[in-house]
Amino acid sequence: MKTTTKNLLAPGHTACMGCGQSLGARLVMNAAGPNVIVANATGCLEVFTTRDPQSAWEVPWIHSLFENAAAVASGIEAALKALGRKDEAKVIAQGGDGGTADIGMGALSGMFERKHDVLYVCYDNEAYMNTGIQRSSLTPLDSRTTTSPSGNVSWGNITHKKDLPAIAVAHGVLYVTTTSVAYPRDIEKKVKKALSIEGPKYMQVHVPCPLGWYHDPAQTITVARLAHQTGLYPLFEIQNGQLASVMKIGTVKPVEEYLKIQGRFRHLFQKEGGAEEIKRIQTIADENIKKFGLV
Amino acid sequence: MTKTVDSTRSRGESKRVMWEGSRAVAEFVKLCRPNVISAYPITPQTHIVEELAQIVADGDLKAEFVNVESEHSAASVVLGAGATGARTYTATTSQGLLLMLEVLYNIAGLRLPVSLTCANRAVSSPINIWNDHQDAMAARDSGWIQIYVENNQEAADMQIQSYKIGEDKDIMLPVMVCMDGFILTHAYEPVDVPSQEDVDEFLPPYKPRYYLTPRTPLTFGAMVGPERYMEMRYLIQETMEKVKEKIEKTANEFKEKFGRNSGGLIDRYQAGDAETLLVGMGSMVGTMRDVVDKLRKQGKKVGIVKVRTFRPFPKEKLSEALKGVKNVIVFEKAISLGEGGILCSEIKSLFDAKSKNSPGNISNFIIGLGGRDITENSILGAVERAERQPVELDFVDLDRELLVGGD
Repeated sequence: MKTTTKNLLAPGHTACMGCGQSLGARLVMNAAGPNVIVANATGCLEVFTTRDPQSAWEVPWIHSLFENAAAVASGIEAALKALGRKDEAKVIAQGGDGGTADIGMGALSGMFERKHDVLYVCYDNEAYMNTGIQRSSLTPLDSRTTTSPSGNVSWGNITHKKDLPAIAVAHGVLYVTTTSVAYPRDIEKKVKKALSIEGPKYMQVHVPCPLGWYHDPAQTITVARLAHQTGLYPLFEIQNGQLASVMKIGTVKPVEEYLKIQGRFRHLFQKEGGAEEIKRIQTIADENIKKFGLV
Repeated sequence: MTKTVDSTRSRGESKRVMWEGSRAVAEFVKLCRPNVISAYPITPQTHIVEELAQIVADGDLKAEFVNVESEHSAASVVLGAGATGARTYTATTSQGLLLMLEVLYNIAGLRLPVSLTCANRAVSSPINIWNDHQDAMAARDSGWIQIYVENNQEAADMQIQSYKIGEDKDIMLPVMVCMDGFILTHAYEPVDVPSQEDVDEFLPPYKPRYYLTPRTPLTFGAMVGPERYMEMRYLIQETMEKVKEKIEKTANEFKEKFGRNSGGLIDRYQAGDAETLLVGMGSMVGTMRDVVDKLRKQGKKVGIVKVRTFRPFPKEKLSEALKGVKNVIVFEKAISLGEGGILCSEIKSLFDAKSKNSPGNISNFIIGLGGRDITENSILGAVERAERQPVELDFVDLDRELLVGGD
């Protein structure tokens, strides 16, 4: 298990080239440090890091099921308290957008509401990638997935991302933040801050998936950065229910720049009427910029 | 709520009290000093967890009581806590057990000795809150040890034994104590309560070899491919064989320490010279005992084999107990729809029809589903019928008038 690297998510795992989630998870773990216990939902991250008998995890780590990472983490935290070992480790629960926003929503709500001292990290790659790119409730508008395909009478996904940070805030979660693999320092800073706060914390990390988004694996960081620079993925911190910070956008880029380098939006540029759809997506970005004061 | 029994009684002293079954279980859970309890309310399990919540609220047990939003999370909380090194407890029934089912398999696979009380209840649809065994039967393949108790003393005593069995380093499996909903959970019976000191001596603190800690950062729940998965399953099956010995040994140790036999794998009543043996599980065995007493007075050679441990299935003990007897009559409160009685079909699998060890015949009665009263006459009538002519499968006290369709 021991390696010579400092990375707490060790290399040698089986993630795809350019995987945003593996990068995001490594940054989160390294920022959190070794004194953590991690509960992981079923999904890519679990599969590519723990092909038995190997494990890429240099921290104590448990995977139980798809929808229960938040409840398992609640149990870990309760046990540490009951056993007088609270100072031994911080507890982190993590999963993808499907395991968090869809099937794990009930358990997550329970963890928030009971005020467990747990940081929940959602690696948001905007679809069920492990099962082959199916639509989740965090899939963006007009994204093409295998269960929200574009077609003669379809532009792809018909809804836009569920507002999970707002749901966390509504639970009274003291620290709610979004971040992106485009900005490693931002992840590091926010993880450290989150872990310094007692109680439930929610962090959503935007992690491109070259396989599911159909972009060049070498462009993962560029894609992630454009999501921020267009206003489509606002990066903010909400503390005690109040907007505490936003990552400003220097020069706002049109959403086309983000959409055109990803195959999941290609139909918007090929089919007649696509321009109208792109306008709808631009409106979402514009509203984000206004709502969060991103410029 | 009444104050809990004080724990100041010293070694060897026990106290007899009149308690509701749920309270007896809760008080005995307390004596086991669990670190984390998690539950979601469902009738008829509620009294158990209410009592425990009060015990924790009164400071009589230092434990984390986690009120969750579903049974799925209750099981997941004790899973996480168990993996962190805590002794854990949960209770549920019926739909709750079914909602937990996915987690139950996971707990067994992770080799976590969680203890769970199943306050047995029927399964929907139709919705029905009364007792049968259909819920626990749905979990029979999950890798959990399953014990069906006859009365409240047994339910309470089994609580202490459940940790002793499950936490053995050579076992490391979860234990489900099945007690009949309402019939036991809500019934008042005298219960002998041991002292804390005696329970502490019998049940040392839980010290697992492997648990989640940064001191030794282990990976739990890795993905296992075709090259090793089967071995993981084999190991549980292999352990289940050891569990049989462990259950018997624990029953003996318990008897030595507390002076009463709460049972091991099976129990026999008037079985020595019996020509007809009734087989059953849970509280219905109490009614069977009354029936057998009456039949014995009439000079009939009738006895009982009570199946206490259903998983692991006590094949050897049952084969021996039922060997060569003229009539075996299996009564059960669950059915594998499209097949028949689950217990009966497993008992039939023990015998080769041509062998001289085989019983003369084996009859199967489904009884008491959805809380239908099991009276002495229900059992008596079935016994008389089966003795005249073996019954492959039938439902006792079926109201045939209700079955007539109309349109």
